[in-house]
Amino acid sequence: MASIALKHISKSFGDTQVLKNVDLDIHAGEFLTLVGPSGCGKSTLLRILAGLEAPNDGRIEIGGAHMNAVRASERNLAMVFQSYALYPHLTVAENMMTPLKLRDLTMLERAPVVGPILARKKYHALMGQVEATAKVLKIEELLGRKPGQLSGGQRQRAALGRAMVRKPVAFLMDEPLSNLDAELRVHMRAELVQLHQSLGVTFVYVTHDQAEALTMSDRMAVMRNGHIMQLDTPHLIYTRPDTLEVAKFIGSPQINVFEGEAANGSVRLAGKALSLRVDPALSGPVHIGVRAEHLLIEPAARAAGLSGKVTYQENLGSDVFCHVALMDGKAKMIARMAAGGGKSFEVGDEVNVRFATEHALIFGRDGARLEVESKAKPEPLQRKVA
Amino acid sequence: MTDTTLSAPARTERVTNFRFSATETLKHVCLILGAVIVLLPFYVMLSYSFKSPSEIMTNTGGFFGAQELFRDDYCIKLGNEVADCMVKPWIYNYTTAFSKAPLLRYLMNGVIVTASIFFIQVLVALPCAYALAKLRWRGRETVFSLVLFCLLIPVHAIALPLYIMLAKLGLTNTYAALIVPWTISVFGIFLMRQFFMTVPDDLIDAARMDGMSEFGIIWQVMLPTAIPALLAFAIFSVVAHWNDYFWPRIVITGTRELFTPPLGLREFKGDADGDNFGPMMATATVIVTPLIVAFMLAQRRFIEGITLTGMK
Repeated sequence: MASIALKHISKSFGDTQVLKNVDLDIHAGEFLTLVGPSGCGKSTLLRILAGLEAPNDGRIEIGGAHMNAVRASERNLAMVFQSYALYPHLTVAENMMTPLKLRDLTMLERAPVVGPILARKKYHALMGQVEATAKVLKIEELLGRKPGQLSGGQRQRAALGRAMVRKPVAFLMDEPLSNLDAELRVHMRAELVQLHQSLGVTFVYVTHDQAEALTMSDRMAVMRNGHIMQLDTPHLIYTRPDTLEVAKFIGSPQINVFEGEAANGSVRLAGKALSLRVDPALSGPVHIGVRAEHLLIEPAARAAGLSGKVTYQENLGSDVFCHVALMDGKAKMIARMAAGGGKSFEVGDEVNVRFATEHALIFGRDGARLEVESKAKPEPLQRKVA
Repeated sequence: MTDTTLSAPARTERVTNFRFSATETLKHVCLILGAVIVLLPFYVMLSYSFKSPSEIMTNTGGFFGAQELFRDDYCIKLGNEVADCMVKPWIYNYTTAFSKAPLLRYLMNGVIVTASIFFIQVLVALPCAYALAKLRWRGRETVFSLVLFCLLIPVHAIALPLYIMLAKLGLTNTYAALIVPWTISVFGIFLMRQFFMTVPDDLIDAARMDGMSEFGIIWQVMLPTAIPALLAFAIFSVVAHWNDYFWPRIVITGTRELFTPPLGLREFKGDADGDNFGPMMATATVIVTPLIVAFMLAQRRFIEGITLTGMK
C-alpha cells in the first residue's frame, strides 16, 4: 500500500501534447478512477505511472520515493491490460509464475530444465504463492490451461492473478472490463470492488465508461484534452460538477442544457424568471443544466413550463427515457421516468416540461458552474419553471 | 406424407452437392494441368531411379521397370565373376548412389549448412524485426526502407565481390564460406517484422511490467508467438539453401568433403563411360526426400501454429 503523487506531468508525442501539466495525488489504499473520452490522455498517464512511458516533464513519486528513473518492473506495481496480455504459449500457472520467477530467481535458476532441478525448493514456494492467489480468485482448476482455452471472464481472472501474485503496492488497470460482455462486466465490477476492499491496496483504474467510474471508485478524476478537470468523489462530481463539460460527460443520459439569461441576480428561461438567485453582477447568457431524473413531463393540458413534443421513448424496463423536442425541435431533452409509474405518453404527444429549480445547475458562459441560492424550499419535482 | 416431407431436403442437398459447374470444372482442369507439368519431372526422376540403363535408353518398362537382372560392367572390370555381377536395377541404382559418391557425407554437409544458416538467420532476424516493429527510435523508418531495398538485390549480382572477400580472408573451401554469406536474411527480417506488427503492444508491456529485459521479451515472448511465421520462413530458407547449387559450386572448389547434396549430383555426370542416369536419379530422389518429408511434417505444424495464434 502506498500513496502515489504525480506532479506537473507533461507528455507529448511529436507535436500533439497529450498531457498538460497534470497533478494527481492518490491516497494510499484508495480506489481512484481516471475517466474520460478516448484520447484524453488517461491511459498515457497510467503508463507514465507504470513506467512504460517516460514523461517529458514532471515528477513521479510512489510511497514518497522519486520514481522517474526507476524501471517499470522495479516500481512494484502490477498492471492489468484491456486485452489481458497473457502469454499465449504458457499455461495460467506459468503466466502467474512469470513475474515471481523474474523477481525472485537468478538467471541460472530461471533456465529451462536446469533451473527447476537446482532451485526445487524455490519453485515449490513460488507454486505455493500461485496456488494461494488462484484460490482467492477461484481459478484453481484453470491453472493447467492455456489462455486460448479460457473464456473472456476466465482470462480476466488469470490476468488479475498474474497481477496479484507478487503483492504489488498498487494495481494499475487499463480498461480491464471493456472486452467482457455486459452482464459479466457488471458482475466483475462488484468483484473488483470486493477485491480492493480485501486487499486494501491502492487501485488506479482507467476507463471511458462513466458508469464504472461512478459505481466503483472512492474518488474519480475526470479528464479531457490532457487535463484533469475535476477530482472528487463520484457523488460530488455527479451532483456538483465544476464545469458544464464534466456535467455533460458524467451521467447517462446526458444532462439537459437549457439556454437562459442572467440579469440582476436572477436567471430567466424563455422569458420567465427561475426561482433562484445568482451573483447580481452577472449578466448575459448562461447554461442551465438539469439531470434527466429532475425533468418532469406532464400532459400539455396543464399549461405551465415549456411545451414540447415526445419524439421517442426508450424503455429500459425499470425506467423509461422520454425524448422531448422543445421549441419546434430546436432543443432536445431527455427525461427519466419510472416505468409504469402513472403517466405514460405516446410518441407525438404534446407535453409540458418542468424541472425542480433547486436541482438546476447554472453554468456561466465559460462553462464554469456558478454558485446558486435557491429561493424555493427543497420540494423535489414540485417547482415550476415559471 | 411424412416420408416425402422428410426426404425432400435430403434430395435437394444431394442435387446441390453434385451440381455441374463449368467454371469449377475449368478451374480444376487448369490446376490439374499445372500439377501434371510440375510433377512430371518428379515422376521421371523416380521412375529412372528404379530402371536399368537399357530401359532408360529405350524408354520401356513402365514406371517401375521389369526389374530383370542385368550385368554390372564396372563390377566385371574389377575382375569379379559374371554370375556375381548380375544385379537388380533398383538395388544397383541406389547402392551405386551411396557407394560411388559419399552421399551420406553430402547429406550431412547439407544438414549442417542449412541448419546453421537457419539458426543464425533467426538469431539475427528476431532482434532486428523486434526493433523495427516494436521499439521507437530515430531513423527506424529509414532503416526499414533499407531492409526493403536489400530485398531487391539479386544474389548473383553480389556473388563475385562476396567470393573475392571470402577468398582474401582465406575462407573458401570451408563451411564458413557456405554459411556466412547467408546469415543475415533481409527477407527473414521483413517477414518477422510484419508478423511482430500484429503482436499486441500490451503483451510486450505486460512482459516489461513482469521484469523481463528486452532480449528476454524477444526470446521468451516474441519467439514462442512467432512459431507459425518462423515455420514459414524455415521452409523458404531451408529449401533455398538445401537446393542451392550456384553458391557451393563457387566457393567449394577442391575438397569433396564439403560438397552439399546438389554438388553430389555432378558425380554421375559426364563420366568416360557416359551418363549414368539410374544412380543419378536415385541420388536426386534421396536428396529431395528429406525436404518432402520435412514439408509434410511442417505442413501439419503449420496449421496447428496458425490456430495457436488465436490470442484474442
